[in-house]
Amino acid sequence: MQRAEGFEIKEQAESNRKGPNISKEELDRAFDERFPLWMKEKLQAASVAIAGLGGLGSNIAVSLARSGVGHLLLVDFDIVDVTNLNRQMYTIPHLGMPKTEALREIISRINPWIDVQTVQVKVTPENAAELFSGWPIICEAFDRADQKAMLVGTLLSQCPDSIIISGNGMAGLGDANLIRTQQKLRRLFVCGDGSTESAPGAGLMAPRVAICAGHQANKVLQLITGEQEKHREQEHY
Amino acid sequence: MVTINGKQEEAAGMTILAYLEEAGYSPDRVVVEKNLEIIPREALGASLLEDGDSVEVLRFVGGG
Repeated sequence: MQRAEGFEIKEQAESNRKGPNISKEELDRAFDERFPLWMKEKLQAASVAIAGLGGLGSNIAVSLARSGVGHLLLVDFDIVDVTNLNRQMYTIPHLGMPKTEALREIISRINPWIDVQTVQVKVTPENAAELFSGWPIICEAFDRADQKAMLVGTLLSQCPDSIIISGNGMAGLGDANLIRTQQKLRRLFVCGDGSTESAPGAGLMAPRVAICAGHQANKVLQLITGEQEKHREQEHY
Repeated sequence: MVTINGKQEEAAGMTILAYLEEAGYSPDRVVVEKNLEIIPREALGASLLEDGDSVEVLRFVGGG
């Protein structure tokens, strides 16, 4: 095995030790040194719902937690499985846990002052409006194409005050630059390459899934902070 | 003529469902907006396209 000669190599036990606890004031100060106060206030007051906590949803949630979004609703029926480890935020100790609870734990280690609400349920056309109405920004982060279409259609018709940010097309190892954000309808943004489908032999890989999730999370932050107005998409809409 | 995803199409008189099937879309994997109104999945077969309609068809693929 290759060893880095001349460097002090730390063994796992030492690098793995528990870090110190920090206060909310320390976390806030670290943010304030880099960003204006108004931005923190907008982010802390913001509410974002995430439907589906797989590769897209778990990455979106972590990005929003790191950015200080104050209120998150996490919805998924599933439990963490070994096939999730190649692209989702979960780790081996989370295997067998509901994704809602595993992600709550991950977020609490990043920012324990975020208000995280979880619902472990399968989203259907019948319960979608009840689950998500009142949430101004909703991320669609499902896996199956028919479920994506069902949720986006249902939310657009039944949650008239919400903006939806959907992930569409991010499988495989194709050109990462093909993944982009487009405003498709008045209240719908779609991120992804629009065409690369997960299929046997062409599965989902961590980089493009994380890139697509990053697009979704970035659009969320633009909408919250008003950055949207400065960088309006040049798309046909 | 009907404007579908920005293009002029000879689709007046067809139902949206018939148009989708002819154009190769899977009706369970799309969201359809006609004249700025979402057409629910179960209404696609009854919604007739007329001259001057403007339609957006968003196709979803699997993966997440």
